[in-house]
Amino acid sequence: MWKTIKRWYHQLGSPRYFYGFCNAVLPWLVPIALVVLVVGLAWGLAWAPVERYQGDSYRIIYIHVPASSGALMGYIAMGVAGLVALVWRMKMAEVMLKALAPFGAVLAAVSLITGALWGKPTWGTYWQWDARMTSMLILLFLYLGIIALQSAIRDPRQAARAASLLAVVGVINVVIVKYSVEWLQTLHQGATLKMVGESSINDAMKYPLLISMLGLWLLYAANVLIRARAEVLSRERRSGWVRKLVAPGDGKGGR
Amino acid sequence: MSAIWWASLRRELTLIWRAPADMVQPLFFFVVVVSLFPLGLSPKPELLALVAPGAVWVAALLAVMLSLDGLFRRDQESGALDQMLTAPVVTVVPVSAKLLAHWLLTGLPLALIAPLLGYMMQLPVAVLDTLMVSVLLGTPTLTVVGAIGAALTVGLNRGGILLAVLVLPLYIPVLVFGAGVVRTAQDGLPTDGLLAVLGAILALALSLGPVAVALGLRISAGD
Repeated sequence: MWKTIKRWYHQLGSPRYFYGFCNAVLPWLVPIALVVLVVGLAWGLAWAPVERYQGDSYRIIYIHVPASSGALMGYIAMGVAGLVALVWRMKMAEVMLKALAPFGAVLAAVSLITGALWGKPTWGTYWQWDARMTSMLILLFLYLGIIALQSAIRDPRQAARAASLLAVVGVINVVIVKYSVEWLQTLHQGATLKMVGESSINDAMKYPLLISMLGLWLLYAANVLIRARAEVLSRERRSGWVRKLVAPGDGKGGR
Repeated sequence: MSAIWWASLRRELTLIWRAPADMVQPLFFFVVVVSLFPLGLSPKPELLALVAPGAVWVAALLAVMLSLDGLFRRDQESGALDQMLTAPVVTVVPVSAKLLAHWLLTGLPLALIAPLLGYMMQLPVAVLDTLMVSVLLGTPTLTVVGAIGAALTVGLNRGGILLAVLVLPLYIPVLVFGAGVVRTAQDGLPTDGLLAVLGAILALALSLGPVAVALGLRISAGD
């Protein structure tokens, strides 16, 4: 088991192998992700039972919760990739970090927008400085900061390493932010606005939610692999195997 | 190693001391921004006392952040930064001396003047000491965390706004707890717990922050 993980780590660390891996996985991953997502969303939006108090408006949960969890997981994954990039200087971790940011930022924005739309009919307001909403807003800021830093530095390796450091600091920060707003903001706000707990949701509503979540995560993974593949090609554009790929039949890569 | 640390500290203090504008301007900025609030909101004492903790803290936060923009830039232009990175001693040593010097001459004055500004913002006299302690505990964290951003942006000639975008989200915990302590004191509740949390964040920032700053400088130098 450990040996397999180690071999994977080293193999996927090689840009060329990673490119092949993406090419092998993506033709399967993209359709599977889309099918799972469509099934989950259709089941949730059309067939799941109506909620007793919120009526049909609760159905936005099938977009809101997957997006929120995806944004959070994406940022944690960026922190892990950043740590790997800083400690072991693994090139592919830098590539992954860069690939994770855009879709994660979009998911954070989707989470905020759907949350606001859901908040209006149920809480009576689009926006409240509730602990969870505030944390998600900060998460969006952190995503945008990483994208901004990456685009400001010209050299791709240096940009990725700078973003790695920021992502690691950001993960620590997200944890502290979560507790800080939970302890203070909600303390001063009176009634806490809580979402449905995991155990308190009916199975008929839970399964479509889990399926939509899985579908969105798979889609995120596919997006990351597509971006990473493009980044690998752009970084390795001077290497022999990319030249051979672009201009087959000319082994030297000259013209 | 400690000789190098003391030498770096003396160098930084001398540098700032000889160009006092760098030290005075953040302080001046702090005072000006806080005095904008009564002019912009309304001079009503109840209203000002309500927004005072947040206003003073946001102003302090911005003052520290703006003062950090040039933290490493002059050293980079003069080449001193490269010497710091190639010196036969861990980069953390000169970096921590630099951060301490910067805090002593910008963060500490902010903390010392904060009670006066709090009083101008109609905070009750009884909570002014809490305000000062909270700023005293919070500004070193702001300096260290902001320095990470300054280190990462040192080579880019569009520092200012980018630094703000990177650093301000990282400042939020300090803001929440710093202003929260003062509000709690205003409500007449015990503040020890929240001050302890500010102290814990400070301990985390002091222990890991300088390492991250040194790493950031190495990354910016193309390492």
